Amino acid sequence: MIRELHTDIITENVKEMCIEANHFLSPDMVQAMKQAKDREESGLGRKILGQLADNLKIAGEEMIPICQDTGMAVFFAEIGQDVHLVGNYIEDAVNEGVRQGYEEGYLRKSVVGDPIFRENTGDNTPAVIHCSIVPGTKVKLTFAPKGFGSENMSRIFMLKPADGIEGVKDAILTAVKDAGPNACPPLVVGVGIGGTFEKCAILAKKALTRPVGTCSSVPYVAELEQEMLDKINALGIGPGGLGGNTTALAVHIDTYPTHIAGLPVAVNICCHVNRHVVREL
Amino acid sequence: MEKYITTPITQEVTAGLKSGDYVYITGTVYVARDAAHRRMTEALDAGKELPIDIEDAAIYYMGPSPARQGRPIGSAGPTTATRMDRYAPRLLDLGQKAMIGKGNRSKEVVDAIVRNHGVYFAAVGGAGALLSGCIKESEIVCYEDLGAEALLKIRVENFPAVVVIDCNGDNLYEHVLP
Ligand code: SF4
Repeated sequence: MIRELHTDIITENVKEMCIEANHFLSPDMVQAMKQAKDREESGLGRKILGQLADNLKIAGEEMIPICQDTGMAVFFAEIGQDVHLVGNYIEDAVNEGVRQGYEEGYLRKSVVGDPIFRENTGDNTPAVIHCSIVPGTKVKLTFAPKGFGSENMSRIFMLKPADGIEGVKDAILTAVKDAGPNACPPLVVGVGIGGTFEKCAILAKKALTRPVGTCSSVPYVAELEQEMLDKINALGIGPGGLGGNTTALAVHIDTYPTHIAGLPVAVNICCHVNRHVVREL
Repeated sequence: MEKYITTPITQEVTAGLKSGDYVYITGTVYVARDAAHRRMTEALDAGKELPIDIEDAAIYYMGPSPARQGRPIGSAGPTTATRMDRYAPRLLDLGQKAMIGKGNRSKEVVDAIVRNHGVYFAAVGGAGALLSGCIKESEIVCYEDLGAEALLKIRVENFPAVVVIDCNGDNLYEHVLP
């Protein structure tokens, strides 16, 4: 059975998702921040985590964006292969939603039209849209606006097979150490291992949208996530980079088959303003 | 230690601050980020005057979200200061004393801080809604065409920040980082 879905519905939902994501962190993130404050050993670290908790409260109550960097709009669109989209081209529909959401939500327009000439597009478009075709009759949209304080500290490492899991651990720790205070810790660290150059980057980005507190279904990957979280928190960078044992709230790792000659690793660093909203249409 | 300071940030003020101090800033602060710094530098290159009074000035590296009706400003947390490293030493040499941002600074900036008795403060990154409440007034000075990157003059009250690099070049991040 083919199901019809008008793209106006996509536009309307995208608009709402832009405003929601930038004012309300998802419950998993709020919970993780709260637990971090209870565990933080540094006095200054606890003070900063307290300010971040206040910040979330003010953002929701007074409708002021959680962070002024309301991000470049990143979408994962999983489109059921039995859906027939009517109306506009899907990317136009998403961009129209971004345009309306960023305007009506008083969100910052942070996109320049050309990376060299750098003129602001004025409406935060275009979005970065990753479409995939999946079984079924639904469209699942995941919106994850990404701030660039943390995006700028993200890395890709094309390791050799002989580097193995120890090489992967080093790569993750190197990226986090280099990020230091710049990426607004406490962080959420998304890691993609395997695939190709671009595949591991997309895996890492998508891993950031997984609910914090859940772990990989692959036992050795789940263990690696926990080990890396402990190692990152032992670095001492702390909240705001001002010292403490809360440097990351979570490490999410996803893997994919790769080539006999390679071991790509992408580390997508996200700040504590790890925004993600999911809707199924 | 907790300290309350007011602008202008004179040499007497910076002399009283130590890396690690928690301060509350009150007074007039300029707001500029990448594009505004680039324009100021271009103005200097062309032999023109700066659009702001740089003597003992504090510059907040920030690009706010738009203000809702009746509010002076939107979300207003710091941006990464590292990106301003290329421009900061020249402005410090011209009299600027304080920078407010987040993240690491280059050796050139630390040297310029020491040379000019300056200071680098970090505000809490990602606390834009909270910090917005400490900003009582905001006006555009110039470069309005840059949108969120326009150069602003704001009045802050008890704006919380941490001294990261003091006038002796002592750097809190270095004590923290492995
Ligand atoms: S890194 Fe995150 S918290 Fe920091 S300024 Fe950017 S979006 Fe905001």
